[in-house]
Amino acid sequence: MVHQLATAVAQGDGGWIDFNVPLLVDRFWSNTVDGLAYGSVYALVALGYTLVYGVLRLINFAHSEVFVVGAFAAYFTLEGLGFRPGPTPQLSTLSIVANLLLAGAVAMIASGLVAVVLERVAYRPLRRRNAPSLVFLITAIGASFVVQQLFFVTRGANPERAIRILRPRPLFEVFGAKVTNIQIIVLVAAVALWVVADGFVNRTRLGRGIRAVAQDPTTATLMGVNRERVIMLTFLVGGVLAGAAALFYLMQIPQGVVYNGGFLLGIKAFTAAVLGGVGNLRGALLGGLLLGVAENYGQSLLGGAWRDVVAFALLITILMFRPTGILGESLGRARV
Amino acid sequence: MALLELSDVTVHYGRIRALSSVSLSVAEGEVVTLIGANGAGKTTTMRAISGILPLSSGRILFDGRDISRLRADLRVVRGICQAPEGRGVFPGMTVRENLEMGCYTRKDRKNVAADFERVFALFPRLAERRDQAGGTLSGGEQQMVAIGRALMARPRLLLLDEPSMGLAPRFIQQIFHIITEINEQGTTVLLVEQNARQALSRAHRAHVLETGSIVRSGTGAELLADPSVKEAYLGVA
Ligand SMILES: Nc1ncnc2c1ncn2[C@@H]1O[C@H](COP(=O)(O)OP(=O)(O)O)[C@@H](O)[C@H]1O
Ligand SMILES: [Mg+2]
Repeated sequence: MVHQLATAVAQGDGGWIDFNVPLLVDRFWSNTVDGLAYGSVYALVALGYTLVYGVLRLINFAHSEVFVVGAFAAYFTLEGLGFRPGPTPQLSTLSIVANLLLAGAVAMIASGLVAVVLERVAYRPLRRRNAPSLVFLITAIGASFVVQQLFFVTRGANPERAIRILRPRPLFEVFGAKVTNIQIIVLVAAVALWVVADGFVNRTRLGRGIRAVAQDPTTATLMGVNRERVIMLTFLVGGVLAGAAALFYLMQIPQGVVYNGGFLLGIKAFTAAVLGGVGNLRGALLGGLLLGVAENYGQSLLGGAWRDVVAFALLITILMFRPTGILGESLGRARV
Repeated sequence: MALLELSDVTVHYGRIRALSSVSLSVAEGEVVTLIGANGAGKTTTMRAISGILPLSSGRILFDGRDISRLRADLRVVRGICQAPEGRGVFPGMTVRENLEMGCYTRKDRKNVAADFERVFALFPRLAERRDQAGGTLSGGEQQMVAIGRALMARPRLLLLDEPSMGLAPRFIQQIFHIITEINEQGTTVLLVEQNARQALSRAHRAHVLETGSIVRSGTGAELLADPSVKEAYLGVA
């Protein structure tokens, strides 16, 4: 079977879909490594969707633009620090770390602020008027376009020219797949941020406030939780994580800073959130990493054109068997 | 001076009037009960006091200060905490986390441990279940969580909305007993009940609510003896 399929591809006489199993086998581990590193970007962005969904039952479609704001913020910070498009400069480790931290901090602040402002101007007025959820949805899409078009008008349709400050360098191998310094940094930092976010939500007083609003907003108010403040905090945390994700994205795809760069990524991060179980922090991490890996496998197996299809095929398949996602909803429902 | 005073409180749901000119007061140290049939407006009164429903007119004084327009979360800081109808236990939080929610606004963190002990002494069952998720508790246990959680706020005024609803008879006895105990420990209680006989026999004073208006007021004993109350609420001809 495998051989027949492989031959079909080799002879170029395949049908509509060619299953290139040998390529998948060959690239399995490198696909896995790359997928985990890229999937951690999805995971961090997915956390923002999931947190906001948890407290407001709202899919914040403008979250993808919050991510784009972070990407531009990181890019401009690097530019402001004197980096220019072109070859990667030779820098000391300390200088690389300092510059990345600075770019990351600016991206996190910018994304966090934009998320909070967006909540204020787009969603809060609707909440005051008890608008139906469909109105929130269309407002979210509208807000998304506004931010996107702001970048289009000011920066044009072409991506910014890539600025690189850290050259990818293989550190070690797993089963023959090279793992680069960038991938390790991104994966470790993303998981660390997830641990901080999870600890914040599950172990602190403010985090309990977020969970209380997610589980029962009226009773939360009766316990003295200021719902508006919790909502603001949730957008802030989601935004900050998206800003960090933007830096990790930039480190892996430096040529990807463009006005509509959030569109597909946002949809995939949202897919990751649903895949893992929307409203579930663990689900966001799992869904993000799984999606990153799965679309790489799909690309090897079916060809590059199928990459984005795989994400949604996976989503639909899993939802058929588990409508609440792999881990189920948890911010809103029983967690233990 | 009354701890809580409602004067001419009117509340609407949209265009439907649910409360018409309700006036009542609760003095420090009292148990006051509000009885009435389904849909009379008892829960609406409690929600208005807690600030999750706006007043159409009238005003609410707490400790002599007008709180009519105060944000709901700040009323908790002032000392009003409610165990709502339907219990409102956070299903995804453990018993301990649910109780923690009661201290959400408290600044005196060092006394919290003692209050956990107090709640666990009142409800030993909750001590056994402290790490169990709220959503997996029985109705009676959830009611204990709701009351215990409100106590964790160290409220000056405890609002209890139908604490006996849906409970087995032995739980009902226990809940009423604990309400008396809480009051004897110094907490003022406003109790909403359909179980009129129990509520009246434990209350210092009582009000009868009918379609959004208070139609009778008196001491618990007076209303227990009132023929119309007997007929309508105590199942005695
Ligand atoms: N959310 C609501 N929207 C519209 N009407 C309501 C709402 N809640 C209660 N009501 C109406 O207000 C009246 C009083 O209800 P409620 O205060 O819940 O009564 P009780 O607690 O005494 O059973 C009832 O007629 C009820 O139908
Ligand atoms: Mg009621």
